[in-house]
Amino acid sequence: MAKRTMIEAINLALKQEMEKDPRALILGEDVGKNGGVFRATQGLFDIFGETRVVDTPLSESAIIGVAIGMAVYGLRPIAEIQFEGFIYASMEQLASHAGRIRTRSRGRYHCPIVVRLPYGGGIRAPEHHSDSNEAYFVHTPGIKVVIPSTPYEAKGLLIAAIRDPDPVIFMEPKKLYRSLREEVPEEEYLIPLGQSRIVIEGTDITLITWGAMLQPTLQAATLMEKRGINPEIIDLRTLSPLDMQTVIESVEKTHKAVIVHEAPASCGVGAEVIARINEKALVHLEAPVARVAGFDTVMPLPKLEKYYLPNAERVAEAVDRVLNF
Amino acid sequence: MTQSKKTGRKQQSPGSSALDRERLLRLYRQMLKIRLFEEQVNQLYLGAKMPGLAHLYIGQEAVAVGVCEALRRDDYITSTHRGHGHCLAKGASLDKMFAELLGKAPGYCRGKGGSMHIADQDTGNLGANAIVGGSAGIATGAAMSAKMRGSDQVAVCFFGEGALGQGLLYEEMNMASLWKLPVIYVCENNQYNEYTSYRETTAGEVAARAEAFGIHTETIDGQDVQLVHAKSLTLVERARRGKGPAFLHCNTYRFHGHHVGDVDRTYYRAKKEEEEWKSKRDPVKLFAEWLQKSEMADGKLLDQIENEIATRIKEAVNFALNAPYPELDEVGQDVYA
Repeated sequence: MAKRTMIEAINLALKQEMEKDPRALILGEDVGKNGGVFRATQGLFDIFGETRVVDTPLSESAIIGVAIGMAVYGLRPIAEIQFEGFIYASMEQLASHAGRIRTRSRGRYHCPIVVRLPYGGGIRAPEHHSDSNEAYFVHTPGIKVVIPSTPYEAKGLLIAAIRDPDPVIFMEPKKLYRSLREEVPEEEYLIPLGQSRIVIEGTDITLITWGAMLQPTLQAATLMEKRGINPEIIDLRTLSPLDMQTVIESVEKTHKAVIVHEAPASCGVGAEVIARINEKALVHLEAPVARVAGFDTVMPLPKLEKYYLPNAERVAEAVDRVLNF
Repeated sequence: MTQSKKTGRKQQSPGSSALDRERLLRLYRQMLKIRLFEEQVNQLYLGAKMPGLAHLYIGQEAVAVGVCEALRRDDYITSTHRGHGHCLAKGASLDKMFAELLGKAPGYCRGKGGSMHIADQDTGNLGANAIVGGSAGIATGAAMSAKMRGSDQVAVCFFGEGALGQGLLYEEMNMASLWKLPVIYVCENNQYNEYTSYRETTAGEVAARAEAFGIHTETIDGQDVQLVHAKSLTLVERARRGKGPAFLHCNTYRFHGHHVGDVDRTYYRAKKEEEEWKSKRDPVKLFAEWLQKSEMADGKLLDQIENEIATRIKEAVNFALNAPYPELDEVGQDVYA
């Protein structure tokens, strides 16, 4: 089996779905001849041509707008927005239309679009080029939100997202595009949306995370294991709909939890996870659930970026706080 | 240059005197400052001393300088991701610019914004941002504020032709025209929306889009600093007199890639095309030649100007390299009052 980076896994998933489904097409800024700013669509223009790999004007709002229209009328558009921080212009299209077509038409229309969003920090690009705003989309009814944490996960989840009958925001941790490789099968496989996964089984504390933050969380687990603590790590994979069953079962076992995300803490998805743990498993908790998150500020450049992003030490400190409560 | 000789200096607004030698040399100094600044930025980036991204302005200097030299210090500008030239042309400090680009504490954004996020209240620079077309509202609002306050300030909104794809621009131009706001939309058409020719993304005629709103529109050679300056003087004065917005469409060229890392460009534009612009339509070179030909300056003076600027830039880079990074506890600073 070939070892691939996340960007290669995404490229492979796009290529295979485009081959399999003639309704699928890609659109976005510089996705065609250029191959995309992160090279996710490299080579696809040559294979599928300009009618299925469409270079658009710099019009995020219009990209999502036409994707919605195409999806309603039978196509499977896969839109790329170059950086997650460029999505704001199209929030109106996403929140007012993509997420509502199904209810607005009482189920007669559906809107199977995928919006691929490279997100997050760690590449030393400030402000809009490093945003991590998954909570906006999770808060928007009618839209699914998926975030892969490894190359293998990216391929299986992207194929599932493309085949999903609803709009899916597919957020790709750009820090992981090339920084790690793992075995990714050539053949097709799906990872169903709405199911989180247990990455490491453990008994002492539950660490809940997603996307780029899985790596520092795994590093923290290594630090903890040296001290005889066995954490259980859950990768949520899909933030909307949120699979809480896996989380609740884990918390009932460990009685303690820490959530790790790089988005600002306030009203981040971590807050929602804590609320749901409290609703379902409060009596099982031995300590308040802790959060390790970005700060409530714009992503700063570059000296402070490292400080902004959660790392293994910060996760380990939070674990200590919870264990010593 | 023939175009400038025909239409440039002679088409100044009535009453303005011909550009005197000092003023002409200032245009040259400002353009050369941007050129040398950007070349230094490229070196810093290639030497891995600069974090983040940088989008070089080289090739477009005549636009920023021609326009900003027609503005007062208290007039406003908004800038773009390719904004170093606008900031410098409006009077930004070299020290603070380099410090910001290197992420150092004395920078304009205290080293937390970087290349694309420089704002400078002292020179009326309302800020650059990375969102294409993202400043159209800010500039139009600044113009509206000037009108409501009864000041005679003018706002200039710089944007590339890529911003023609953004709906916000049209909503704002509609308002500006309806309410006769003192705003000038300067479209720097450097021919490429990132990595795609604007001809593949832009239907119809650029100027027609602004004309549709009843906005006074001009399309000019953006490589001719005297022409850009002369037109800008006219349009700024017009706006100051309450005659409403204008759209200045400047044809120009981005000599480097979309950003510093965009080195292999042959798949979207021909080397020959780049060479033609660089050899025949370099705004700095063209103006240097004109200054010599019209005996405004000799080669010795131009060399002296270049040496002075190069020295200042070297000092500013050293200042930035030796400056401290921001403290960790500044991460939450300036998010709220």
